[in-house]
Amino acid sequence: MITKRIIPCLDVKDGRVVKGTNFKDLRDMANPVEMAQFYNDAGADELVFYDITASAEGRKLFSDILTDVAKKIFIPLTVGGGINTLDDFDRVLKCGADKVSVNSGAIKNPDLINQAAKRYGDQCVVLSTDVKRVGGSFHIFARGGRDDTGIDAIEWIKRGVDNGAGELVVNSIDTDGVKNGFDLELLDKVTSVVNVPIIASGGAGNMEDFAQLFEHEGIDAGLAASIFHTKNVLINELKAYLKSKGIEMRITGEKVK
Amino acid sequence: MIAIIDYGVGNLFSLMSSLEYLGLESCVTSSKDVIEKADRIILPGVGAFGDAIKKLEDTGLIPFLREQAKKKPFLGICLGMQLLFETSNEYGDYKGIGLIEGDIVSLEPDISDKNLKVPHMGWNRLDIKKDDDIFKYTSDGEYVYYVHSYYGVNCQKSTLATSEYGVSVTGVVKNGFVYGMQFHPEKSGDTGLRLLKAFSEI
Repeated sequence: MITKRIIPCLDVKDGRVVKGTNFKDLRDMANPVEMAQFYNDAGADELVFYDITASAEGRKLFSDILTDVAKKIFIPLTVGGGINTLDDFDRVLKCGADKVSVNSGAIKNPDLINQAAKRYGDQCVVLSTDVKRVGGSFHIFARGGRDDTGIDAIEWIKRGVDNGAGELVVNSIDTDGVKNGFDLELLDKVTSVVNVPIIASGGAGNMEDFAQLFEHEGIDAGLAASIFHTKNVLINELKAYLKSKGIEMRITGEKVK
Repeated sequence: MIAIIDYGVGNLFSLMSSLEYLGLESCVTSSKDVIEKADRIILPGVGAFGDAIKKLEDTGLIPFLREQAKKKPFLGICLGMQLLFETSNEYGDYKGIGLIEGDIVSLEPDISDKNLKVPHMGWNRLDIKKDDDIFKYTSDGEYVYYVHSYYGVNCQKSTLATSEYGVSVTGVVKNGFVYGMQFHPEKSGDTGLRLLKAFSEI
């Protein structure tokens, strides 16, 4: 049977991996290529790279890093950040990405998902969402979690999947960086309305948080950044722990060469 | 040298990088001369069957590839594996290359557990059913990465390995020199690299 996936996320700015709390206070962490290699060796099931640079030079640097990683690491790579057009899809796919995640780009141009799904297939298009509670409902936030779009998150996600998004990253701004567990209330709402793989993001603080996450039906993967980057949680230990809890996990064998 | 057949389908970055990582020489080509001289052939592919088989037909290579497949190791990956079968009913009725006996059909109606999502996407356990040199460096129960919505059936004779997903999904097939892998060895971590390495030694 198919395994649950553990996915480290690397936010890359000006050639370095950074990570903030509640989307602010970026701290410099590491070299992305070394970090990707480290995660690959530790048994990560997939890697997500977000380009959070705004400048053209930063974008070029990001493309170079991505190419370098993709040449050395043979697990699926998802790339997001600054994806606004089909040309952006093309650019990162040519650098070795397998899946492309769209966020603000889809808010600015909702047809982007549909166009990309037609050209590259649904499996290639990941809809990434930053969601926050506003009043009694969940809203979609844009620009790295800064702007409230006023769009209802559940409606937006349903529409994205209808338009051809083959996978979802659901990131809770409320739990992001707080390390007190995933946003299970939000995730349950999402799993009840769509039938594509769902990657939960935001809030992982320890191994138990992942065990609790996978008890919820319909969640395919858990994504985290800081707890892996700081080595507070090691991926191989996490996967062995989850397997001991009866959760299907890919335990990696010996390395080739 | 490994000839990767170029017919305008799919992103070959990872496949080429994997072979390079293993120290294997490869080239992406649609030239009969180059394919003839190569000691192995890989047929890649992603997308829909109908579109891909049409593009492959347009290269005029199919009869030549059938002949080549009798002489040297040949590997179809993902949709490239499906193209080796006799027929597919993905959005229409299509004839494949016919090097592997069997048909390509939709996964969805055959999956017993309706909570399982389609496409079958992610890491699944590879259950080896028949031992073969292709598994020289792989153990039963290692994990490989799948992304597909259609799968091979009526191919019991050639099936070497399967994965369970509410139905027994055909994972690896073989007929003579011809191999097919439904999953992506170039995306299956070290397990995938070891399968490609074994292919390079067949």
